[in-house]
Amino acid sequence: MTGVRLTVNGSTHEADVEDRTLLVHFIRENLRLTGTHIGCDTSQCGACVVLLDGRAVKSCTMFAAQASGSEIVTIEGVAKDGQLHPVQEAFREHHGLQCGFCTPGMILTAIDMIRRKPQLDRQTIREELEGNLCRCTGYHNIVNAIEAAARTMAEAA
Amino acid sequence: MIPYPFTYHRPNSLAEAEALLARLPDAKLLAGGHSLIPAMKLRLASPAALIDISRIADLSFIRRAGDTISIGAAVRHFEVADSEMVHKAIAALASLVEEIGDPAVRHMGTVGGSVANNDPAADYPAAVLALGATIRTNQRSISADDFFTGMFSTALEDTEILTAVDFPIPKRAGYVKFANPASRYAMVGVFVAETAGGVRVAITGAAPCVFRSSEMETALAQSFAPDAVASIAIRPEGMNSDIHGSAEYRAHLVTVLAKRAVAVALRSSGGPHG
Repeated sequence: MTGVRLTVNGSTHEADVEDRTLLVHFIRENLRLTGTHIGCDTSQCGACVVLLDGRAVKSCTMFAAQASGSEIVTIEGVAKDGQLHPVQEAFREHHGLQCGFCTPGMILTAIDMIRRKPQLDRQTIREELEGNLCRCTGYHNIVNAIEAAARTMAEAA
Repeated sequence: MIPYPFTYHRPNSLAEAEALLARLPDAKLLAGGHSLIPAMKLRLASPAALIDISRIADLSFIRRAGDTISIGAAVRHFEVADSEMVHKAIAALASLVEEIGDPAVRHMGTVGGSVANNDPAADYPAAVLALGATIRTNQRSISADDFFTGMFSTALEDTEILTAVDFPIPKRAGYVKFANPASRYAMVGVFVAETAGGVRVAITGAAPCVFRSSEMETALAQSFAPDAVASIAIRPEGMNSDIHGSAEYRAHLVTVLAKRAVAVALRSSGGPHG
């Protein structure tokens, strides 16, 4: 067993976990934050993406112990005071989701993408989505949503 | 998928890591974990202990000393891709790193992990070999020509820790890969570099281990132009053959990509070494 101390969506959690506990299992099973999904479980689909110290990472491909000492944001921590995040709002407005399974990872990837590259064109958005798969193949509207969110956030900044 | 049990250790210094590696039986070093953890989840790897060296400050630096860019083993791919120093000095290396995996993978994967793992389809080994880099460990320095010894194997000893890679700045260089459409690993990748020691051509993805083509190097030394390699046919014997492509297909790709890599190198020149 190993002791981990993580800040998740602003609150600090301490726990003793098995060393082999994956971060995604810690988030879903210990913290009961089930918005972070397990899709492929092989580092490819991006349904498990969370922000680790502000950067998009695949939580199925790291152990909770590796993340100890870090700050994590999951999809549950994105909206503030009942207000959707501009990226969430844009996904709703532009119908950026069908079944919704990939959406948490898509939104956190988009937030990280817009942070790194505030001026996004459609080609860049598509390249940046390399590691996020939408099985409904709804990419067209996902790209529309991210493009719109980037614009909204640039105007608000 | 859950790996076999192991114990996790996070040393704060290289000395602590060395002590743990000497003490713990069947331990493996963990950096970004983006090759090791998937292998452990598939239960293809089952180390008894993981020593996480990713937060050791002494392994996390990018610096230039003279004509060499030195990158610490724990530097993550996005840090290399974001480094203005690397872009200016070795643009081909920066663009190679920008094409590894996807953004989330680049946020975790490290140069040390990629080089030490020596995956036959990894990108970094091509840069290390073509640029004639030096691999630094806690015990010695190893030249790239002596480092990659076979599929997933290197000259590293069990108690050795890769600490940095020193990349000599080339006169010009280019890297082009044909990415597997699903995995984005290199089906074939060719790194061409005109270095102080001559032209070097390294090929990844095509065979069980990264290798150089002396025939292409000789041709490019005479004339550094795409046409110089256009008629060089690489023999398919010993090339990888799988559901994604036959040995013949990969051999053909080597020539095609070598031409393109030379063209990229020519476009990139024009700087101080121009």
